[in-house]
Amino acid sequence: MFRRTRLHGLAAWLPALASVLALFASLALAQQAVPALTARVTDLTGTLDAGERKALEQQLLELETARGAQIAVLIVPTTGPEDIAAYGIRVADAWKIGRENVDDGVILIVAKNDRRVRIEVGRGLEGAIPDAAAARIIREYITPRFRAGDFAGGINDAVGVLRDLVNGESLPPPLAEEPATGAETSTILLMSAFAGFFVAGLLQWVHFGLRGVLTGLAGGWVASALDGSLFLVIAGAVIAGLLGMFVRTTGGGRYASGGGSGTFGGWSGGSGGGSSGGGFSGGGGGFSGGGASGSW
Amino acid sequence: MRAHRSLIRLLFLVPLLALLGGCGYNSIQSKDEGVNAAWSEVLNQYQRRADLVPNLVNTVKGYASHEEEVFTKVTEARAKVGQIKVSVDQLDDAVAMQKFQAAQGELSSALSRLMAVSENYPDLKADGLFQNLQAQLEGTENRITVARNRYIEAVRDYNTFVRSFPQNLTAKMFGYKTKANFTVENEAQISTAPKVDFGKD
Repeated sequence: MFRRTRLHGLAAWLPALASVLALFASLALAQQAVPALTARVTDLTGTLDAGERKALEQQLLELETARGAQIAVLIVPTTGPEDIAAYGIRVADAWKIGRENVDDGVILIVAKNDRRVRIEVGRGLEGAIPDAAAARIIREYITPRFRAGDFAGGINDAVGVLRDLVNGESLPPPLAEEPATGAETSTILLMSAFAGFFVAGLLQWVHFGLRGVLTGLAGGWVASALDGSLFLVIAGAVIAGLLGMFVRTTGGGRYASGGGSGTFGGWSGGSGGGSSGGGFSGGGGGFSGGGASGSW
Repeated sequence: MRAHRSLIRLLFLVPLLALLGGCGYNSIQSKDEGVNAAWSEVLNQYQRRADLVPNLVNTVKGYASHEEEVFTKVTEARAKVGQIKVSVDQLDDAVAMQKFQAAQGELSSALSRLMAVSENYPDLKADGLFQNLQAQLEGTENRITVARNRYIEAVRDYNTFVRSFPQNLTAKMFGYKTKANFTVENEAQISTAPKVDFGKD
């Protein structure tokens, strides 16, 4: 009965909740939305015709196949009310162009009605494409063409120069399956090993008594000592102590060993990178605001 | 009897596990580290800007030698910025943070004055070296904005976590205080584009 009324109460709150969500959604709309990333060239203005688009995408695909670096092009009507730089970093954070930890991505953003253009450079390419170079590309390759109304030409030239700059940089070979980052993985592994042994130990205690706990804790201690995480050892010891104080049973059951390995089943490997297959997606590259903006 | 004991033990176990997972110590660690990393990036980018200043001043001087006052302001502001350091251990010190912001803000306005003045010299604007430096300065200012925003985000995340129950107990026990964030007035100042003053002189 009680549960029923609670449910009714919840139902009464739902409209309020929905309106709050709607409010948040409308607030978010005050900024230009970042379009979904589906291709290397995203043109929301219909500036490029199908042929130009194809050629550009082909060029970018070849670069990625040869060098692993990703370049994306985005043409939007406007970035208002934000400046193109603020919009650019939002796009970069959402799209994550470039490989993870190599951070070799570049995004060329054109805000057509604002007459603003920006080259957003990933962290790993800030050496190959310093701000001054990005500014020069805008000044010398993009601006003159855009002024003449030749958007496809300007973008093509800019992408060509960017490609040459990327080619001059020594990057890890493309499609190299980066081993899942060492530190993180081993930590997760050891943590789960510890948790596994610990839980196994506790469950054994539920069934077999104190000796099971000791097994679990010993396993946990070994695992966490490998990790060097003193806190876990202490936490384990404290809990073991508490358990030991409360429970003085000899338990006496069989000696139950192992049991920890079961938890490894749930652990899945590092995320695969990149953009294989039909669609296009960023590989997880990071940006920190490098690059240049310009007007035409 | 045996099944009974198992059940009692199980009931005893659940709150203990909840206690272990809920103290938030590890999360505090990683959020604290996140704040530190974000702050390092902020410092890094401010340093990058400070490193640009001598070159920039010298280049502008070559074309606009009589704008002494502007150069002095920039040089002084840069010297001051060099003296005020806020290390990651001082992030909970709101006063140190305030001083740091004030000094950096002074350099920001001195630099935007310098760039405004340079608008008056067409030869300077056409100089390749100046154009490069200008692009670097703009890029660095943008990186500073990005780094600051990420710091603000990281601190908000950390502070909210550390203030919430039950992590506040853990934080108190291990001496984790809330961190100082960039202040609101300053936030408003950075989110508006630097004003270019085309007035006399």
